[in-house]
Amino acid sequence: MLASYGLIGLFFVVVLVFSLTMVVIPIILRFLKIVPSHPNPVKNSTFECGMETIGKTWVQFNFRYYFYALVFLALDVLVIFLYPWAVQLRALGTFSLWVVLILVFIVFIGYLYAWQKKVLEWK
Amino acid sequence: MGLAAAFWIMAVVIVAAALGVVFLRNVFRAALTLVLCFVAVAGLYITLSADFLAAVQILVYVGAISVLIILAIMMTREVPQGSPANRLKLPAFIVAAVVLGIMIYTVTKTAWQVSAEAPLTPTTVPLATKLFSEGGFVLPVEIAAVLLLAAILGAIVIAREK
Repeated sequence: MLASYGLIGLFFVVVLVFSLTMVVIPIILRFLKIVPSHPNPVKNSTFECGMETIGKTWVQFNFRYYFYALVFLALDVLVIFLYPWAVQLRALGTFSLWVVLILVFIVFIGYLYAWQKKVLEWK
Repeated sequence: MGLAAAFWIMAVVIVAAALGVVFLRNVFRAALTLVLCFVAVAGLYITLSADFLAAVQILVYVGAISVLIILAIMMTREVPQGSPANRLKLPAFIVAAVVLGIMIYTVTKTAWQVSAEAPLTPTTVPLATKLFSEGGFVLPVEIAAVLLLAAILGAIVIAREK
């Protein structure tokens, strides 16, 4: 079984080597004078992935985003409980279904409360 | 042989990433090295035949905790300036060194009990039977749900500004 994880490790190695070579190739080509180097402001400008920002790029984000991150964390922990149950669903039978339904219901109360308190609305 | 090599690669990556978290001036890059550290720890769990724990590590720490940390950083001002050094630098170093020394001492001097049995793999199915079958840990699972509920309610209370 560990061998299958070894494949994932191999994948990581390939990813690392590939991305490093992609970065290094242009540097080497320029070093060997195969690619000419005549930089100017137009060539050095950002031509994709959005505009150049006016003012600071690092702005303070709204605090309210943090709430969604916290709720996401709670859902993530819920998934940890659902995942082994889903793997073993057939063998565990109806009893485990009730267990999981109660589990989800208890967490769902929190979301009902959030809905009721209008926290999920963006003001 | 392969396991030992995997362990040492992972160990070096973990220590390097953890040092990066401490020494990088830019907090955002420090957070990214922390993510690398989490991923390498998941790899370490896999070498210990704890595959479910590794999945949990990826899911919660790499997936959610790092999002929390990065969001928290995005809410701070002057991110690239990062964490400037202050007067507590030396005391903090001494405390950290003492803690490290104590941990190394305990880990190397304790006579750890090692089970003779081969580890269960994969671990997900036995865990599911333990958690959800009749006579399993059903009540603790539900109590964990209550804990989650408390976390969500706490998040709501924090997020509601008057």
